[in-house]
Amino acid sequence: MIAFDWLTLLIVIAGVIAVVMPTVGYLTLAERKVSAWVQDRLGPNRVGPFGLLQPLADGGKFFLKEAPIPRHVDKIFFLLAPAVSMAIALVALAVVPWGGTQPPPDPVATQGVEPAAVVQQYADTQGGYAKSFNGVIVPGLDVGVLVVFALGSLAVYGVILGGWSSDNKYSLLGSLRSSAQIISYEIPLGMSVVGVLLFSGTLNLEGIIQWQKQHGWFVLFQPLAFLLFMVSVYAECNRLPFDLPEAEQELVGGYLTEYGSLNFGMFMLGEYTHMITTSLLMTVVFWGGWSLFGLEDRVTDPIWGAVVKCLILVTKTGFFLFLYLLVRWTIPRFRFDQLMGLAWKVMIPLSLLHLLAVMLVRQYSLSNWVLTAISVGLFLAAGVYAVAFGTGPNNAPRRRVISSPSPPVGEGLGVRGS
Amino acid sequence: MTALVATVAVFMSVGLLFVLANLLLGKLVRPNRPSVEKGEIYECGEKPVGTAWIQFDLRFYVVALLFVLFDVEIAFFFPWAVVFGEATQAADAGHPAARSFAAFTFVEFLIFFGILLVGFAYLWRRGDLEWVRSMSNERPPSATRGG
Repeated sequence: MIAFDWLTLLIVIAGVIAVVMPTVGYLTLAERKVSAWVQDRLGPNRVGPFGLLQPLADGGKFFLKEAPIPRHVDKIFFLLAPAVSMAIALVALAVVPWGGTQPPPDPVATQGVEPAAVVQQYADTQGGYAKSFNGVIVPGLDVGVLVVFALGSLAVYGVILGGWSSDNKYSLLGSLRSSAQIISYEIPLGMSVVGVLLFSGTLNLEGIIQWQKQHGWFVLFQPLAFLLFMVSVYAECNRLPFDLPEAEQELVGGYLTEYGSLNFGMFMLGEYTHMITTSLLMTVVFWGGWSLFGLEDRVTDPIWGAVVKCLILVTKTGFFLFLYLLVRWTIPRFRFDQLMGLAWKVMIPLSLLHLLAVMLVRQYSLSNWVLTAISVGLFLAAGVYAVAFGTGPNNAPRRRVISSPSPPVGEGLGVRGS
Repeated sequence: MTALVATVAVFMSVGLLFVLANLLLGKLVRPNRPSVEKGEIYECGEKPVGTAWIQFDLRFYVVALLFVLFDVEIAFFFPWAVVFGEATQAADAGHPAARSFAAFTFVEFLIFFGILLVGFAYLWRRGDLEWVRSMSNERPPSATRGG
């Protein structure tokens, strides 16, 4: 049970939103600066020193631009879609820790103890927990990971509503691709986390951090699970190399084609908020959250300790955000059949095998490092298998290519001689 | 529990309010000068032919069906993972009863897992996981549908 205090709660919520929104703004600036840096350009540098006020200018523009709504759209869904996609991205932040946390106490033992003593003990432990500092908006949520996944799969609604209601072929194609992609990658995403839960025995994110603090980070024991998680998350966020829903070269703007002004801005905000949430999740689930080899315990002062933990967490998260930006300019876009093939034929079998390995290691109480070896081994085996038994490059034509004789001059195009 | 629910509810309503307030502010500030051209659907300057609300590719339905199956399986994975994880933790801490309980859930889950794997193999064999399905590669219906 947590203490419920309206004022603190509202301050915390306002604080988190006030931190996240500018972060999102500066993430867009960082995106442009990093792409400029990768391509040997300068990037935005006109608004303010080094272009640092650019996000403000962009934000102002979102508000001031006219938002024309095409005549044929389904108006309700058209206006609902951006709000849905942004609200869902914001709500998912509620359960993700952003600072130091305490895991909630276990349920009290009831055997052979008097009822009154049990009640007292329960009140003590829970009361102590309620007073402890927790860097989460909703601390002690025992279904933390499930909530994150539930909200993550809701994100597809914003995309499909926006794309379908626009009555635009590009939007429809973009949203169909996007929804197929998001739901396909949801499966390896979920399975890679199940391996973590088998160790931690709790869905609570604070509990998962606690386990890692005691035994070591999950990325050490399950590197493959982390890799699968990261790749799936990139696909969930529609980031390159999985940005097919918005592939500019083929679909104009994908499901965003008909959107302008603040409606477009909200889609963007939602997308970047999603990036922040998932980076936090990667940090918390696989990279030990706020722990850093015991360094955080050196600071004994409670306030500075909280600050240090928060800084450690933010640094790790920032690293993953930076990785998002770098990957965008490193790996080219997948083709759609390659994308679906990667999800269904590579990542799902791999995550199933990995899950099986975790189960065996836990059941027979093997050392955690055995799992590391299996994890790396599975990854290498997949590579060896692909080279040895694969069908070669994935872009080789699958159908029989018949070279047709060039048509005689004068024959109309599009008429095929049999 | 009420405090937990209330916290989540407050956060959700603040999130929604934040979004709505922004929308309202935008509505008040921005100009609104509609015209016929602005109301057109954007298709790179061409006049749109027909509506976009047409029957789309069936393969998307297949993916959605597969997703529902697998996602339900994963939804069952989560509670099991927590129970099994706690049981093995207790067994490591030296409770022999927990060890046998963990073994029981382990076997139980292997059966569940096996059913999932059989289904997955069937899908793969049937070619539902292929995105590009060329007509020349397709076996006759009698071979794929099992008579």
